[in-house]
Amino acid sequence: MTTSSSKIIMTPDDVRRALTRVAHEVLERNRGAEGLILAGIQTRGLPLAHRLAKRIQDFEQSLVPVFGIDISLYRDDVRYRTPAPSAGMGVPANVERKRVVLVDDVIFTGRSIRAAMDAVLDLGRPQNIQLAVLVDRGHREVPIRADYVGKNVPTSLKEEVQVHLEETDGKDEVTIFKKGGV
Amino acid sequence: MQQRTPKVPTPTVAPVEQTPRTTADSKAWRQRHLLDLDTLSADEMEHLFKTADVMQGVLQREVKKVPTLRGRTILTLFYEASTRTRIAFETAGKLLSADVTNITVSSSSVVKGETLLDTVLTLQASAADVMVIRHADAGAPYMAAKHLTRTAVVNAGDGAHAHPTQALLDLFTARKHLGSLQGKKVTIVGDINYSRVARSNLWGFVRAGAHVVLSGPPTLIPWDLLKGKDDSEHPFKSVEVETDVRKAVKEADLVIPLRIQLERQQTGLIPSLREYAMYWQVNDEVLTHAHPHVLVMHPGPMNEGVEISSSVAHGVKSLVKQQVTNGISVRMAVLYLIGAPKEL
Repeated sequence: MTTSSSKIIMTPDDVRRALTRVAHEVLERNRGAEGLILAGIQTRGLPLAHRLAKRIQDFEQSLVPVFGIDISLYRDDVRYRTPAPSAGMGVPANVERKRVVLVDDVIFTGRSIRAAMDAVLDLGRPQNIQLAVLVDRGHREVPIRADYVGKNVPTSLKEEVQVHLEETDGKDEVTIFKKGGV
Repeated sequence: MQQRTPKVPTPTVAPVEQTPRTTADSKAWRQRHLLDLDTLSADEMEHLFKTADVMQGVLQREVKKVPTLRGRTILTLFYEASTRTRIAFETAGKLLSADVTNITVSSSSVVKGETLLDTVLTLQASAADVMVIRHADAGAPYMAAKHLTRTAVVNAGDGAHAHPTQALLDLFTARKHLGSLQGKKVTIVGDINYSRVARSNLWGFVRAGAHVVLSGPPTLIPWDLLKGKDDSEHPFKSVEVETDVRKAVKEADLVIPLRIQLERQQTGLIPSLREYAMYWQVNDEVLTHAHPHVLVMHPGPMNEGVEISSSVAHGVKSLVKQQVTNGISVRMAVLYLIGAPKEL
């Protein structure tokens, strides 16, 4: 929803370039695609994970498994809200001794990532867990950082960052707008 | 105690005022308590089944436990015997990391004469977040819900009135295997009048759009529920009664025989178990009249050889084992939706 007070901070081309770079960085850091598995955090992390997997396949000709991770049962705020869990977990992925790359659209407080790490660890014992995000908007509330960042966006707490993706919203775009200013 | 006309066992219980919850998803789920399916909208049922799907995913994992209800206390208060329902609730609560305490009425203050109301208020004062109640009297969980301000109530069976979680797991299982229930023919056979499962199932399957046919001896048909069903406003206007079981299951997609309580023949409502089995038993021959892909569910415990033949109970058409497994995921979903938010 583009409104008068919102600003586009990433165009479809920016998103494409950022993902291509992140895919290269993941391969560089892990010296190839061996043992990699991408875990997309529902809902927008999953399509991003699929896109990264597609790029990795193009670059290295190796298939990287992708699975969706539903963090609603791991959130620390279920006391305030009961989000509808998405049926994304499906058949549990085998993460045993894999390098798991968590993929999400925005990292903000870091609490979702904390929940996602717990969810991954309940599936088995991965070799390590890494984190790739499209946008880092700062304001962490827990000591967590991303390994791969599409774009760093300094924001104020009054602002909101919204990621739109082709798969979920019809177009690729990242916007920033003042809360309540819609 | 011989009665020719079946006495109405349970008139409908007046609904309890439920303050709508103010959670982010209050649109999807508005119930504070789960007392029966009559107050549940089709959307709410859909929401619950989606949640149960996720819970089923949890059950398939290496670590079958999520931290969602950590720090929550669930009490099961059963005034009537039960194994599978109580165990299912207990397991469901534990897999969600809640603390579950089972209260056995025979060893509690109830035997000293404490009233139901005092018992539930005491349990609320001892910090129960969710209370799962089964009682022989229809409406008992409703009464508890009316007086409890901090504790949410789940009805695990009240008299012959309602057993919502069993109905939800039946619906969930049926959907898994039949897809959408819209227009599917579901035949319920047996002691419907005294079956809280059947009564809750009736609400659920009708709301899901299924074509429900009731079959069994006329003395066991819930005529009170069907009274005035020619009225276009009647909730059960689409429900059909067909006492001949072979006609009732004709082209049926799902057949649910109900347990004939062994003590029922003393009441004179059925001549004998043998005669019942002769006319209404769901067996391979009866199922030849149904749809070739017909499935069979039974809420258990089964009296094999009475309402269901052993070959059907354990045959390829039977979903009885799936029902038990789904009972856990559906109850996890119920406890999650009822038990998670603090602001009630």
